[in-house]
Amino acid sequence: MAEKGKSNRVQVLSGNEACALGALAAGMRFYAGYPITPSSEVAEVLSLELPKVGGVFIQMEDEIASIGAIIGASLAGSKSMTATSGPGFSLMQENIGYASMAEVPIVIVNVMRGGPSTGLPTMPAQADIMQARWGTHGDHPVIALAPYSVREAFTLTVRAFNLAESFRTPVVLLMDEILGHVNEKVVLPLPQELEIVDRVRPQVSPQDYLPYAFTKNGVPPMVSFGEGYRYHVTGLAHDESGFPTNQPEKIERLLLRLNGKLEKNRENIVDFQVDDFDDAQVGVISYGSSARAARHAVRLAREAGIKAGLFRLKTIWPFADQEIEAHTKHLKAWIVPEMNLGQIAHEVEWVVGRSIPVHRINRIDGNPINPLEIMAKIKEIA
Amino acid sequence: MFDYETYLRTSKMPLIWCAGCGDGIVLKAMLRAIHKLGLEKDKICMVSGIGCSSRLTGYVDFNTLHTTHGRAITFATGIKMARPELHVIVVTGDGDATAIGGNHYIHAARRNIDLTVILFNNNIYGMTGGQVSPTTPLGKFASTAPYGNFENSFNISGLALAAGASFVARSTVYHATQLEKYVEKAILKKGFSVVEVITQCPTTYGRRNREGTAVDMMLAQKENSIPVSRARTMSEEELEGKIVTGILVDTEKPECRSEYQKIIDRFSQPTGSVETKR
Amino acid sequence: MNEKVAVAGKIEIRINEAWCKGCAICVEFCPQDVLVMENGVAQVCNLEACTACGLCELRCPDFAITVKKG
Ligand SMILES: Cc1ncc(C[n+]2csc(CCOP(=O)(O)OP(=O)(O)O)c2C)c(N)n1
Ligand code: SF4
Ligand code: SF4
Ligand code: SF4
Repeated sequence: MAEKGKSNRVQVLSGNEACALGALAAGMRFYAGYPITPSSEVAEVLSLELPKVGGVFIQMEDEIASIGAIIGASLAGSKSMTATSGPGFSLMQENIGYASMAEVPIVIVNVMRGGPSTGLPTMPAQADIMQARWGTHGDHPVIALAPYSVREAFTLTVRAFNLAESFRTPVVLLMDEILGHVNEKVVLPLPQELEIVDRVRPQVSPQDYLPYAFTKNGVPPMVSFGEGYRYHVTGLAHDESGFPTNQPEKIERLLLRLNGKLEKNRENIVDFQVDDFDDAQVGVISYGSSARAARHAVRLAREAGIKAGLFRLKTIWPFADQEIEAHTKHLKAWIVPEMNLGQIAHEVEWVVGRSIPVHRINRIDGNPINPLEIMAKIKEIA
Repeated sequence: MFDYETYLRTSKMPLIWCAGCGDGIVLKAMLRAIHKLGLEKDKICMVSGIGCSSRLTGYVDFNTLHTTHGRAITFATGIKMARPELHVIVVTGDGDATAIGGNHYIHAARRNIDLTVILFNNNIYGMTGGQVSPTTPLGKFASTAPYGNFENSFNISGLALAAGASFVARSTVYHATQLEKYVEKAILKKGFSVVEVITQCPTTYGRRNREGTAVDMMLAQKENSIPVSRARTMSEEELEGKIVTGILVDTEKPECRSEYQKIIDRFSQPTGSVETKR
Repeated sequence: MNEKVAVAGKIEIRINEAWCKGCAICVEFCPQDVLVMENGVAQVCNLEACTACGLCELRCPDFAITVKKG
């Protein structure tokens, strides 16, 4: 039982298991998914646990069906989630755009594996960074988070739901094969220690309800189907009432609000962690399981008397551009280790311009980045 | 007294459909059936895909969801699983349900989830301008079948039946009263139910295939319809080009959401509280 | 709303001209030849013959014609 003091609460969990438990703790009560390595444990845990809390688990016929089902369930009032990996994430893209456009809170877990195509089913990668941002067509908002430890797989899953509910938007949790499968000793927060956010409900009567109202923070209140409000939801461009419109000014207003709502609230969304940064001369930007190697390398560097610091992204999108810029001031260079060909490095270059060099460390062969490789680069620069 | 307008969002009308499009006749039959069953508007959730027929959800005063092409059944599955007390009715076209959405259609039938699918079969892709669909008969013309369709077509009711649906019926817009009766039965049925309705698209299908006006097309529906009881005594050749109408299957079998409820009832902990420990 | 109302005895036929698209379905399927097309919309021309069978209303795709027997 959970409440018997801290020592009892130490447990060994994988990232996938912690993610599933985080979702339950966040209040997720509907899961739909299609099996794919290396994400399947999320589904397996939830198939076991959801009915115990009165929730629903369903294995659908494919990933398109899975995301369709979770959007439907969310509109019906259940916090909903799916988990997948690259090929399945690709199939989900059209409906991720639907959730953005129709402003339906959902969480999509992508336990990244090597791509493209079937790629490396059992090996890690971090190459779906840009797909998480731009995978679906059209200008659209999205939030993506990247946990780096098993404990964070839990806490960031909780946060993913909180953000989805706060901003009525799909949130992508970018895990990777290493984190999904690594077993760590953890002490998870107790349910009562967690902040849980639920969608804001309308304060008006059904006649006055505008499901896509222009509110101060850009997020319209949301009510579930079946509660007497009887509104219309569509992926077509729509007005405040939710019905399709062809009027240019209404279309523009909608799209500006949609894309602006995260920008407006970015302070409450963007999250990162810095280690040893006060006097740092060489900065390492990393995320997900690569940040484990990066942290190790920075510690080795410090032990060797080199002033290195780690800037770890917890949110990938919206990108922490202002924060990175602010941390660039006293640096000689940035190093960006990641398991892809430089998807985040590219963003960092965009932020820092020509002010300092941005060194890439890329690994795309299905193996994790070796801390010593990062350490060597730090030494070379320092 | 029954008044269609009780169920309509009249401020959004006139309907988007072409003159003589059969889809409005189906809509009316659906509203009469819903009225007859005395269903509460708040408890109805109508879900559609993409296509002319799928625009229906914009006009009815229920909880309405206009989804993506082919995926209406998946959204509806999520709604039904999350809120089984809602009557979830899917509105979809032949292309929507059996081309791009074919996999969802057969799997919903297989799991026998309690959805009512009203499948508008006009043998064509209406919305996109008359391209060939999985139900366009062999030899008929479409904007992408300028030399005549060289593929065989689906028997989409048969597909649902074979995949495990609890209730399958076929009717036409000409037979609007029969259609209404089938919609009513389909909604009442606890399980996956399909009403395939043959409807006319005079604009793209009728014109290209020289089938005349909407009225001509409806008269053809009348002429070509064969009740299922009689069809059973006829050969395949005799049934060529005919529309077999009637209830094709009406059976009781375990329904997906109710089966899941048994699992919840058996395993749910009374507190319903979550532990962050495995 | 451009609504035309024809009343004869207890029978009342209303045609909503704003919704009528002129498909002539009501005209063709009226067993009593009560209706005609005029300038692209349905019109009542022979209400006396109407039996209030409701077939025109049943098949009108656009909710444009309603028949009431009071
Ligand atoms: C993924 C995707 N592919 C293609 C389309 C374009 N599209 C819109 S409606 C449609 C066909 C609709 O045909 P049907 O389902 O038979 O409905 P109808 O218009 O005839 O009622 C197509 C191909 C789309 N909207 N989305
Ligand atoms: S194109 Fe065909 S299916 Fe679409 S509204 Fe017109 S008649 Fe109906
Ligand atoms: S009610 Fe019957 S008789 Fe009267 S106009 Fe309509 S179809 Fe004709
Ligand atoms: S059937 Fe309806 S839309 Fe068509 S002509 Fe008659 S009243 Fe008008």
